[in-house]
Amino acid sequence: MAVGEVSKKESESWKVPVPGGSVIMAPLDRLTRWARKSSLWSLTFGLSCCAIEMMATAASRYDLDRFGVFFRATPRQADVMIVAGWVSVKMAPYIKHLYEQMPEPKYVIAMGGCACAGGPYRDSITIVKGVDHFLPVDVYVYGCPPRPENLINGILKLQEKISSEKSLLRGGSPDHRINHEPIVIEG
Amino acid sequence: MITDTTSRNTMTVNFGPQHPSTHGVLRLIVDIDGEIVRSCRPEIGYLHRGLEKMFESRSYRHNIPFTDRLDYLCSLANNLAICQAIERVGNVEVPERAKYLRVLMVELNRIASHLVFLGTFATDLGATTVFLYAFRERELLLDLLEAMTGARLTYNWIRVGGMPADIPEGYGERVIAFLNQMRPRLDENDRLLTHNRIFRARCEGIGVLKREDAIAWGATGPVARGSGVNLDIRKAAPYEIYDRLDFEVPVFDEGDVMARYKVRIEEMRQSARIVEQVLKTMPEGDIQTKLPKIFKPPAGEAYSRIESPRGELSFYLISDGTPNPVRIHIRAPSFIHLSLLQFMAKDIKVADMIAVAGSLDPVMGEVDR
Repeated sequence: MAVGEVSKKESESWKVPVPGGSVIMAPLDRLTRWARKSSLWSLTFGLSCCAIEMMATAASRYDLDRFGVFFRATPRQADVMIVAGWVSVKMAPYIKHLYEQMPEPKYVIAMGGCACAGGPYRDSITIVKGVDHFLPVDVYVYGCPPRPENLINGILKLQEKISSEKSLLRGGSPDHRINHEPIVIEG
Repeated sequence: MITDTTSRNTMTVNFGPQHPSTHGVLRLIVDIDGEIVRSCRPEIGYLHRGLEKMFESRSYRHNIPFTDRLDYLCSLANNLAICQAIERVGNVEVPERAKYLRVLMVELNRIASHLVFLGTFATDLGATTVFLYAFRERELLLDLLEAMTGARLTYNWIRVGGMPADIPEGYGERVIAFLNQMRPRLDENDRLLTHNRIFRARCEGIGVLKREDAIAWGATGPVARGSGVNLDIRKAAPYEIYDRLDFEVPVFDEGDVMARYKVRIEEMRQSARIVEQVLKTMPEGDIQTKLPKIFKPPAGEAYSRIESPRGELSFYLISDGTPNPVRIHIRAPSFIHLSLLQFMAKDIKVADMIAVAGSLDPVMGEVDR
């Protein structure tokens, strides 16, 4: 027998029935969801005014670290993208690119009126009227800019949503993008 | 990433638009030779929203909230600049008390703006603690501004011909209490940063802007004063009540990153002095001139300039007697300062380029408009 091959008898001996059988998937699912919602690493990506409030939310008084939200400078390490500010036609391809660089599962929070629906620049020719034109938005946080409490509310709502997700394979299935119900936080 | 074909040794690298140290969505196209930056070209326009065109389709008063979102770190300065331009073209008198209130609010906002600079600049150079300290003070200050205006960032609190409301009761005491709390904390910051050997090694002699270049390229504000140009619009062309106030304009001759940093720190102390004087000498009286509901200034032109935390902020306005302006042009200091990067970020290390870009304190909302 060559090195590395396993005899049939040996491989049969590994098939030990797991106590509880198929039930084991449920706790693992819950554990994964718990881990996902408790360490939502966010992309350090500010566009305009809302970015200052996002910084203030992460800084001394409001301290986003309490909720496991920690800013990472690269999309490769981020789970959630907070689009904070108005999105111009020139900037939109870069945001899309950054979103595609993030690993699954990934979430999007549209922060502020501009990112939600164009805000005061709704009649400007160079502004995209809401990031949901090219990104699947999970939570809309309204306000111009939203107060830090409002952003925290949005993050907590996103955590609730993650903990009620059905499958481990969020990123694998294409239908979650179509069927997802966005959450709206009033300003 | 594209290799430059003109030279064998340099490589062209994109820095931004998404980069934690660009303070917004600034993109720098950098030619590097190993660790040395050979040239640095800013690419702007990622926040462009056609604001100057949008101004033309709105009435004068409707335009004021849009100026909040220009330089969003000091929105009251923008409110003040556009209101002054409208008042000049419409020959509107501002009551004395309103002038004092305006200066009070703008100077408080200047401190808040410089505190953000302090926090982000220190973070860029690796001192994350200072970011948290600066924002701790800023939150206290935002409480004060919120008590007055009801907003934390975009205040929209200066009106054509005055102010929308008077200060709340007991406001002066709260402001003085804050200033007394802030001064020792600024000294603490001095111990943490200004006399810190690592910080000084990163700042001193880096990104030197010569006095001639500063004047020739139109630098204003802390960038010019860090290069030995004694130019402050509050002194050179006093507006509101600045000619009656006693304050100093800090000027440093070195022209490096450290000089610009020291100018801003000293400005915070001077702003605190101004706020104290304003509170002490504020007269009683009206705060708003009565104006018609549909405000139509006579045909004409007006130019107003003020000292925003970034430099000289100007509004040029043309009116033809209708409720909407014909043209409003904004002279944004950050936009002009970005063109200085070609002198300052030349033949320096990549890490120093971040210090240089941060020391200009650009706000991209103002650059792109």
